[in-house]
Amino acid sequence: MKHLHALGLGAVTALGMTALSMLPAAAAWEPTKPVEFIVPAGTGGGADQMARTLQGIIAKHDLMSTQLVVINKSGGAGGEGFLDVKSNKGNPHKIVISLSNLFTTPLATGIPFNWKDLTPVAMLALDEFVLWVNAQEPYKTAQEYEAAIKAAPDNTFKMGGTGSKQEDQIITVAIQKALGKKLTYIPYKGGGEVAVQLVGGHINSSVNNPIEAVSQWRGDKVRPLCVFDSKPLPYTDKIQGDMSWSSVPTCKSAGLDVEYLMLRGVFMPPGVSQEQVDYFVELFKKVRETPEWKQLMKDGAFNQTFMAGDEFKAWLDQAETTHKGLMQEAGFIAGN
Amino acid sequence: MNMIAENFTYLYHGFGIASDPFNILLMAIGILLGVIIGVLPGLGGANGVAILLPLTFSMSPTSAIILLTCIYWGALFGGAITSVLFNIPGEPWSVATTFDGHPMARSGRAGEALTAAFTSSFIGAFFAIVMITLIAPLVAQFALQFGPAEKFAVYFLAFASFVGMSKEAPAKTIVSMMIGFALAAVGLDMVTGQLRLTFGITELLNGFDFLIAVIGLFGIGEILLTMEEGLEFRGKAAKIDPKVVWKTWKTLPKFWATSLRSCVIGCWMGITPAGATPASFMAYGIAKRVSKNGKNFGNGEIEGVVAPETAAHAAGTAAMLPMLALGVPGSPTAAVLLGGLLIWGLQPGPMLFVEQAEFVWGLIASMYLGNIVGLILVLTTVPLFASILRIPFSIIAPVILVICAIGAYTVNNNVFDVLMMMVFGVLGYLLKKTNYPLAPLVLAIVLGDSAEEAFRQSLLGSGGSIAVFWSNPLVSSIMGLGLVAGLWPLIAMGFSKLRGSSAQPA
Repeated sequence: MKHLHALGLGAVTALGMTALSMLPAAAAWEPTKPVEFIVPAGTGGGADQMARTLQGIIAKHDLMSTQLVVINKSGGAGGEGFLDVKSNKGNPHKIVISLSNLFTTPLATGIPFNWKDLTPVAMLALDEFVLWVNAQEPYKTAQEYEAAIKAAPDNTFKMGGTGSKQEDQIITVAIQKALGKKLTYIPYKGGGEVAVQLVGGHINSSVNNPIEAVSQWRGDKVRPLCVFDSKPLPYTDKIQGDMSWSSVPTCKSAGLDVEYLMLRGVFMPPGVSQEQVDYFVELFKKVRETPEWKQLMKDGAFNQTFMAGDEFKAWLDQAETTHKGLMQEAGFIAGN
Repeated sequence: MNMIAENFTYLYHGFGIASDPFNILLMAIGILLGVIIGVLPGLGGANGVAILLPLTFSMSPTSAIILLTCIYWGALFGGAITSVLFNIPGEPWSVATTFDGHPMARSGRAGEALTAAFTSSFIGAFFAIVMITLIAPLVAQFALQFGPAEKFAVYFLAFASFVGMSKEAPAKTIVSMMIGFALAAVGLDMVTGQLRLTFGITELLNGFDFLIAVIGLFGIGEILLTMEEGLEFRGKAAKIDPKVVWKTWKTLPKFWATSLRSCVIGCWMGITPAGATPASFMAYGIAKRVSKNGKNFGNGEIEGVVAPETAAHAAGTAAMLPMLALGVPGSPTAAVLLGGLLIWGLQPGPMLFVEQAEFVWGLIASMYLGNIVGLILVLTTVPLFASILRIPFSIIAPVILVICAIGAYTVNNNVFDVLMMMVFGVLGYLLKKTNYPLAPLVLAIVLGDSAEEAFRQSLLGSGGSIAVFWSNPLVSSIMGLGLVAGLWPLIAMGFSKLRGSSAQPA
């Protein structure tokens, strides 16, 4: 009996040992070949800049044993990139960065995928949207600009934005609804181009992300009127004269009740193991600690919310419902 | 004036940094890597720079950007090599180089064609750098004038100056161009955000990539044609002459007018973000019309190599300026370079020239030196590359096929593209056999999308009124030029009729 007990104990210990030795081994899953980092957007845009900065940080600080290779698959408003990841079931050497087209592309084009087809890894940050006008325009505040739009006939003011039936146009439609006036929406290929068109006076306003327009602001070519977030931005470094990101009021406080934030998150193909997801969550946690990442967050005035696991999934669920509602209202759903 | 003097002080200082032996070494390495990248179709400058970007993080920002821009120059130089030797343009702006470059190679003058291409590239780039040095701030202002209407006018001019240049019947040119437009329309409609002409096939989401079409139409089509003609390159009789460079140089000065014209076209197109591709086509089209040897263009006229190469490189170089001053990259490669700048905390934009003057002028100084180093390096390889044509066709053809297939695959990492390349190859062969010109088709695939986008953006902005294309002096004059260029064959006919009828009574 004693003997048996000892044997049992031994077995339990052995089991425990195996479990213990398995645990670090499992947590220590590491990529064995270069990891493809899919960008479902063109070169030079916000998602591409973030992906390439990540590639740079990971290479510089040696955070991964293999290489991270950025590949742009921008076809079909990013649908090409998402389909590629969806079809690579169980491949842990592929990750994709997302923007709002994760929700808008399948709704607007009918391309068959949903975020639930992918494995959510982490939310890296949320990107802000700011209402910009040319610095030579007389409007110093959002209220003045709103009054000008309201006083003019429909379609007098031109709003430039990235892509069609995507985040910029969704915000434009929301502004139209709030003001009761129509704006002429002109789609361009990328955010940088929109900012330059605004500087050149070919459009009246834009809803560029901070990082897309910040250099033009520093050169005093464009002026931020308000930010589409619930509270002002926390960044207090002076950018133009005495202005910093924190001195830009929220649109809501300026009488324009529109809020919108865009996901910058990372996903993996379906069917990957939890250990593999954990590896990338840990990787991005390390990236967040580097000075280069902090600088990027500051330059782009990002909302630095980080999420992973169930919290992230719940957020995605919520965001999908919001987008469906917004796009239905705007008449952007495919087949309409 | 004061500012120009100040710029020169910075530039002088920049030369000091750029001529550091380590940086010169980096230039040579960068150019060589770039040439290799340019030679492999599909790998392209953008991919090359992206892959090598992480390698540069251990260097100072100036050294890193010198290495990366030199890869860019190298890729620009290298694109001409495959265009001339195998009729496969590695980059969109090399397409026009194949029109006369490849016929030259086939008649045993590959060395001459390559020398002319490299030298012209250098002259174009050099002209653009001088322009950047002298009038950088003004140029950035000019670029801002270009809204959708002005951009469309530039594309219109590019198409118009190309119409009527081919020897085939105008109807065939138009058919070929329309096929190109139809292919360009496949994929996402940028203005409505919806898919069109994809017939539910997910592989077609991205539309037809220019590179796939070109590798197929030109590369594979050429191989099929050559096979039919009896499995040999006519270029194999070429003598390898190390003095070919000097001999070609002696003939080049007489094309000074074409060079100068192409430089101006290139700089203009590079600054207005139309880019190097329309610049090369336009320069070729105009040279063909203006030159005394215009009729012989397409049969291996050296001037037909000089014009597009000069313009493409002037444009490629001039495009660096909007990138630095406005943050808008003029090409995919420039976009990757832009990403590189951001990592070093250099935010391109109006303030870059003020806040990071040392860096900017160091970069400009490195453009001067990099191009000189590049020219010397690539010229020494001319005999080497020309001798590739001595390899029997039965050996080189399968190698080209494999390289083409790899190139097509690397564009999107997609096997479907390799199949498409084959389909385009057969299409190219059939079009050539039935005397449909390929160039208008390619031009339409490359620019069709952008032209359509600019056209519809303009109309959105004007509320549907076509008057937007005549709404200010700039856009009106470009449109006017376009109309004259497009209708030139008719105008010329009218003139000769008038002259003929006035001559008769006399």
